[in-house]
Amino acid sequence: MSHQDLKPFRVVIVGHVDHGKSTLVGRLFHDTGSLPDGKKEQIEAQCERRGVPFEWAFLMDALQAERDQNITIDTSQIWFNTDKRPYVIIDAPGHREFLKNMITGAASAEAALLLIAANEGVQEQSRRHGYLLSLLGIKQVTVIVNKMDLVDHSQTVFDEIESEYREFLGQIGLEPREFIPISAREGDNIASKSANTPWYEGSTIVEALDSFEAIAPLNDLPLRLPIQDIYRFDERRILAGRIEAGSLKVGDDLVFLPDRKVGTIKSIERWAAPSQDSAEAGESVGITLTDQIFVERGHVAVHKEQQPPVTNRFRANVFWMGARPLEEGRNYRLKLATQEVDCKVGVIERVIDASSLDMEAGTFVNKDDVAELILETRRPVALDVHSDIETLGRFVLVDGYDVSGGGIVIEPLPLVAEDAEKAADRIVQPQERQLRNGHISGVVRLHGRPGAGRTTIARALDRELFNRGIQAVVVQEADVQAGSLPDVVAALTRAGHVAILDVDSNEDLGFIETTLFGRVFEVALSAPADVCASRTHRSVEGFELPPSTFVTVPTDKIPVKETLGILLEKLLPEIRREWSVVAGNL
Amino acid sequence: MASGAMETEIGRPIERHKRLVDGLLEGARYSPRDAMPDYSHLDELENQSIFILREAFNKFSNLAMLWSIGKDSSVLLWLARKAFFGHVPIPCVHVDTNYKIPEMIAFRDRVADQWGLDLVVGQNKAALEAGTTFPQGTASRIECCTFLKRDGLQQVIEDNNFEAVILGIRRDEEGTRAKERYFSPRTKTFEWNFRDQPPELWDQFKTDFEPGTHLRIHPLLHWTELNIWEYIDREQIPITSLYFGDEGTRYRSLGCAPCTSGVQSNAVTVPEIIEELRNTNVAERSTRAQDQEAEDAFERLRASGYM
Ligand SMILES: Nc1nc2c(ncn2[C@@H]2O[C@H](COP(=O)(O)OP(=O)(O)O)[C@@H](O)[C@H]2O)c(=O)[nH]1
Ligand SMILES: [Mg+2]
Repeated sequence: MSHQDLKPFRVVIVGHVDHGKSTLVGRLFHDTGSLPDGKKEQIEAQCERRGVPFEWAFLMDALQAERDQNITIDTSQIWFNTDKRPYVIIDAPGHREFLKNMITGAASAEAALLLIAANEGVQEQSRRHGYLLSLLGIKQVTVIVNKMDLVDHSQTVFDEIESEYREFLGQIGLEPREFIPISAREGDNIASKSANTPWYEGSTIVEALDSFEAIAPLNDLPLRLPIQDIYRFDERRILAGRIEAGSLKVGDDLVFLPDRKVGTIKSIERWAAPSQDSAEAGESVGITLTDQIFVERGHVAVHKEQQPPVTNRFRANVFWMGARPLEEGRNYRLKLATQEVDCKVGVIERVIDASSLDMEAGTFVNKDDVAELILETRRPVALDVHSDIETLGRFVLVDGYDVSGGGIVIEPLPLVAEDAEKAADRIVQPQERQLRNGHISGVVRLHGRPGAGRTTIARALDRELFNRGIQAVVVQEADVQAGSLPDVVAALTRAGHVAILDVDSNEDLGFIETTLFGRVFEVALSAPADVCASRTHRSVEGFELPPSTFVTVPTDKIPVKETLGILLEKLLPEIRREWSVVAGNL
Repeated sequence: MASGAMETEIGRPIERHKRLVDGLLEGARYSPRDAMPDYSHLDELENQSIFILREAFNKFSNLAMLWSIGKDSSVLLWLARKAFFGHVPIPCVHVDTNYKIPEMIAFRDRVADQWGLDLVVGQNKAALEAGTTFPQGTASRIECCTFLKRDGLQQVIEDNNFEAVILGIRRDEEGTRAKERYFSPRTKTFEWNFRDQPPELWDQFKTDFEPGTHLRIHPLLHWTELNIWEYIDREQIPITSLYFGDEGTRYRSLGCAPCTSGVQSNAVTVPEIIEELRNTNVAERSTRAQDQEAEDAFERLRASGYM
């Protein structure tokens, strides 16, 4: 067996509710001898208890509610083997209500079997599922016409369904591999050819499965390494991420987008694995760089000669799963690889009913429908056209707390300067300022003994945040002599700033979080008393660092530059992070 | 692909096993073979699990990993060391029911010590003292699981304020697990709303939550039992001796002593276990009594917060 034959091939089974998907899976298991011992007897008992005839679907429909209503609610996955190779069969629910579960199941598949019951013919979800398969980028689709026993195994019925559905798929640019007539319940054309369909000369289900082609890794494409995290567990500073396309090797010069900083790969780090100087698509790697440039989660490392577009505006195809419709002009959070950025739905160009393919103009997209639209992101992102590099050409949209939409990039558009916010007839809210600024407001409170480096760090941090477009400001003792510290930071927070506190203070600043939508970050500079004493030539006894801190930096052990690196790595994602939730609350 | 660093002491058979594997050398349970079989199909699983562990670590500052001492969570621990380059920067929680097979505890303490783990042991002392246990005690089998495991876990989580817990469950274990997500939200009281799970596509996980939500993260979800053993073989991961045959039986799934029995087996090396699994038709959890109580026993346990 070759490598590709050892890896389970992932197939999803989709189609309209009740057309026999779960039954097919049960039957397939039985006919290929893959059922665990006792499973058939167990299902028999379950059916008897409910007073229904034997149901193969009970193998997959593991939930009580599923068996009681005889309906698949959630997607599930199960393993089996043919003589050729192992498979993961993904059973997807066919009911419209559970479409997001169908999408969850289908998104990870390499190929699909789409079922249509012969007695009912092409139905709403038969079409909708077909369309979604094409949007999910699944190119290998075989159509199964089930329940042939209910139409006397009629070739005419089969042919009619084939021509109707072929035409539908043609409209969305999907070429099915073949059409197979079966009876899942009776086992016709599952593992062996059935005498009931003498007119049929094509494959059985098992043969159709074995003919699907495994999807090759994306090694030959341009390098795309979205940075997932930066680690400093020991003396190494490791950039971790999964190579989503292409390959890299030690010595390569990388460009980190969207900032376009350049760094050279010094080493590829692995643990308990043979060391190798190169890595390929699919690998979760760690690299170190020869120079200590600033890199954070969400940056995408690429080779200089093969850079993707970096833009804040692009055209996309989006399918919507959210209960609240997608609306023109609203803000959502976009997640593309490890990039996370707020975005606004610009123009909805057309809304498509995923079942009838009816198209119309509109300003919102309902659950289960699809739209072609323009997305405008707050910061530029690195992306690819989906048909070029799918892993960097697809994204999800988060509405409030929920992943509510998925989409693919059709066309990047030129970078544009941002529209001014529409004037509103109300007092400007703190959240609006945060939205405008692109970061939350609040307080970074530095704690440390005299000599721990508080003033030095405060000033340098101010500069670094300023350079990144963040409205920061240092608050020193002199600034709070006239008023109380809470009043001062409240005013700054309300104005949308991040106040860096270089003052001795232990006041409770919880109100910043509860009433002003800001955040408080307690930072401890932990140089111990003896070091501080020798730096300041004074005794600094009696000082206690606060117990609960956002981050503690040993400023006696590491230089200022590194302290800043640590602070920025921790702070930036937090400061930029939570404001989609902020926007959702507006 | 053979593996590098291996902690040899822990791979050594412990007491009971010494007499059994008499003559087998250190590490002989793994691969007394000329060449390692082709295990390259495990690469994708490994990379995916590492990706998930890193996402979890990035998104949650107060994260814990559940370590049941069994084969799956031992693989999970190994993957964490891969993800974090030899370190385990996440506390490991063991929910001790007090009925665990003694070898498991000995193994736990040795590994924790040798790998420098931040081990957090949880126990539902109240239930143990009140005697609401099974079979000695007043509880039914299922109640005992609920009290000692689910409530035990809930207590550790509350005591330590963990926002999210990483678990080594797999889809192929049983039907309701087959429907799990990689990142699965639970209510504050631990309930699993399996009727309305978040969509999960293209490795974009649900990481934004209403306050009070608690998260389960499942990096091994897509592995099969066979994959676990193949990976143990490839990486030579230390594993408790209970999984290996002793006088014709071995444990296939480890739980509490009163509710777990062995399967008939003469497999005393990892390759022999792999061979055995390739040829079996018996379900893995068939030796776990709590699953067999009633048709929906396990589903109810899980909906209420069991792992
Ligand atoms: N007559 C007949 N009934 C079938 C066949 N396949 C499935 N069914 C029945 O159709 C119903 C729905 O099947 P199920 O597998 O749950 O459909 P799903 O919703 O697509 O998963 C069940 O009652 C099955 O027994 C078939 O080939 N012939
Ligand atoms: Mg079904």
